[in-house]
Amino acid sequence: MYNSEFFFQAFIFLAAAVISVPLAKKLGLGSVLGYLLAGVLIGPYVLGLINYDTDKVMHFAEFGVVLMLFVIGLELQPSLLWKMRKAIFGLGGLQVLITAIVIAAFAMLFGFRINRAVGIGLILALSSTAIVLQTLTEKGLLKNTAGQSAFSVLLFQDISVVPILAIIPLLAAMGAPVTIAESQLNEIAGFVSLPGWMQLLIIFASIAVIIVGGQFIARHIFRLVAETGMREIFTALVLLLVVGIALLMNKIGLSPALGTFLAGVVLANNEYRHELETTIDPFKGLLLGLFFVSVGASINFKLLLENPSMILGFTILLIVIKFAVLLLLGRLFKLRKGYDYLFAFLLAQSSEFAFVLISFSQQSLLFDEKTAGLLMLTVTLSMAISPLLLIFNDKAVAPILSRKQNKREPEWVDNAENPVIIAGFGRFGLAVGRLLIANKVKVTIIDSNPTNVEVLRKFGFKLFYGDVTRPQVLEQAGVKNARLIILSMAEYDDAIKVAGYLRKKYPRLKIMARAKDIYHTFEFFRQNVETVQNEVFSSAADLGEKALVYLGLTPYEAYRATRTFKHHEKQVINDLYHSWKEDESNFIQDSRRFSEQLAEILETEKEYGIHDSDYAWDVNSIRAESQQKNSD
Amino acid sequence: MKKILILFAHPALHKSKINNILIKSVLHEPGITVNNLYEKYPDFYIDIIAEQQLLLEHDIIVWQHPFYWYSGPALLKEWFDLVLQHGFAYGEKGRRLEGKKAMSVITTGGRREIYSARGRNHFTMNEFLVPYRQSANLCRMEYLPPFVVHGAHTILPEEIVNAASGYKRLMQTLRDGLIDDTVLHSVEYLNDIKL
Repeated sequence: MYNSEFFFQAFIFLAAAVISVPLAKKLGLGSVLGYLLAGVLIGPYVLGLINYDTDKVMHFAEFGVVLMLFVIGLELQPSLLWKMRKAIFGLGGLQVLITAIVIAAFAMLFGFRINRAVGIGLILALSSTAIVLQTLTEKGLLKNTAGQSAFSVLLFQDISVVPILAIIPLLAAMGAPVTIAESQLNEIAGFVSLPGWMQLLIIFASIAVIIVGGQFIARHIFRLVAETGMREIFTALVLLLVVGIALLMNKIGLSPALGTFLAGVVLANNEYRHELETTIDPFKGLLLGLFFVSVGASINFKLLLENPSMILGFTILLIVIKFAVLLLLGRLFKLRKGYDYLFAFLLAQSSEFAFVLISFSQQSLLFDEKTAGLLMLTVTLSMAISPLLLIFNDKAVAPILSRKQNKREPEWVDNAENPVIIAGFGRFGLAVGRLLIANKVKVTIIDSNPTNVEVLRKFGFKLFYGDVTRPQVLEQAGVKNARLIILSMAEYDDAIKVAGYLRKKYPRLKIMARAKDIYHTFEFFRQNVETVQNEVFSSAADLGEKALVYLGLTPYEAYRATRTFKHHEKQVINDLYHSWKEDESNFIQDSRRFSEQLAEILETEKEYGIHDSDYAWDVNSIRAESQQKNSD
Repeated sequence: MKKILILFAHPALHKSKINNILIKSVLHEPGITVNNLYEKYPDFYIDIIAEQQLLLEHDIIVWQHPFYWYSGPALLKEWFDLVLQHGFAYGEKGRRLEGKKAMSVITTGGRREIYSARGRNHFTMNEFLVPYRQSANLCRMEYLPPFVVHGAHTILPEEIVNAASGYKRLMQTLRDGLIDDTVLHSVEYLNDIKL
């Protein structure tokens, strides 16, 4: 191997991620914190395993943010984006403006000149797209109102990077009338030095290229490449597209993330959308991880230890200011109680764009080296702290708020009085629950998967986290006063146990159950649970119906045939159950081999023969009769 | 004693004003079977064999339903289409229903006066019911005049109660064979017979 050093570094990064992220998730800390801690661990101040310049790694890894926005764009229909316009420009605009002003004011208090103070304010007003979006996706919050508001603000911040880049040299010139060497400025931001109208023209032209290209040309290219059947070339094409757009955006001074986001939105209606998403996803995830690791590794502990109280003080002040402004805006824009806190905690850190902007400012001679270093450290620390803020919100703030809310809204008080309980809220229970809830039935849901519970609770479902096999959990969920319990869980043996327990303890409670197969169905029958639904039979039969239509049956003919088949299945099951009860040894229960079931089912089916329920629509017998009459 | 089968067809019983009360009045009568079609076959998948069996077990067949578009609700038509099979109910060899009585019990929104040549609906109830009459004829059954409750839109609660008790008395009388066939056929509606 000619580059063992590179591989060693890659090994360190990957190992750090693989070890610390699962650990962090197990501890309920979220992946971002895991990556950050991994970074700190392998960074120069703890284990010192990284030889590369972490800044360079970070700049490379920032591409993960670009990819992430592309993926998010893909999931966002243009119409939805249009609906969010008020939030983007109103909420986002106010957030950047007010936060920048407040931070600038504080900076002046600490003795910075006004131009520098404004620069600091603008740079620190931005929040971290990477951290926030990663967190939102992980927690499934992207679609709820707090998540959408946060996303809108991030979008506006991305847009505002452009004017901030343009303003920084002006601020620098304001402070020191010494002219910056034109060539140097060109080197930094070649484009920024062009006359304003030309910049605008180029920006609009580039955006037009993305929209037109995405709308009319991309589809054909994707198809051409997809038809070659070579996955890696498709992957290459997608990466080429994103890299190309990022380059273009860099050239014209727009944020690459914004450009690819736009491209994503344009492609959101494209039939290759899912292909694009799945192709980009692993790259996105790894690069983002790398980015977080490098943020962790770049925390300058030396600087921190030189002046810990000041830097921590600044960081906390920064977070407090941002939080206060965000909370205020959340209230102003009427975010629901609890969501306003979530929104504020989400966005209270500083942005990865700050790294770029700070070094740009340093090169533009707005900041000296010491200020820049200080700012960098503050930004990094705020990013490192931000996952902790969310944990704080989840564990401390949200419970208090929801308790208060319970007092105010009595319909939230007693989940225990709902007439229906659904035990197990996975794919199956969800469908059942949605139907009931859509018909205004009050439902209490018990699920043993904490992540399901978290997500669903955020969407307003009334959920209990708990193990249904424990009587106390059932009691708490209000089984005593319920009319019906639906056992929709995938823990099949547990479901039988629960059914048996409920039958004895609450003989008047109606029980309905999801069954894995016929033997499972029979187990329920034996517990006197009659309403049992095979978890796949109906869906499979419905697909069969579609197949019949495709094969030439008329839709109604196929519908009737499927109906007949479903009713026939009931008879088969009943018949099998009786013979099963009489002689259990006939059935190899323990193995529960599907082939055994198959033989049994087919055997019984042969005996029955399916009655032709459409016989009455058959005119053959009538014709035969009238022909006979004619011949008589 | 005759056995009566009421084939009851109402797709939205929870919204019914009259049928609900009529059917309840005969629900627990001995010798009367109420066969609630929409309850049994919400998916229109009629169990033909079971329905034919029911017909064979009874002597008087009653079709009770609201009057939709001058006819019965869709599921009742499906019942006719599927259950009255050739070779069972009609045709050379289809004589299984021969000799039974059949009749309609109907509720309408409009009042009795508008079901006449000069009324808004231009035809009488008995004219509208010709398809039922002839279906019964084809099955060699004897079709009786209908029992009709008009004016669902304007009817008063006490009138509904009266109609229900009249219905119940009629069914009991038919079941017990206390009324002569010639009397039955002498009226326009069976409501008009003083019991």
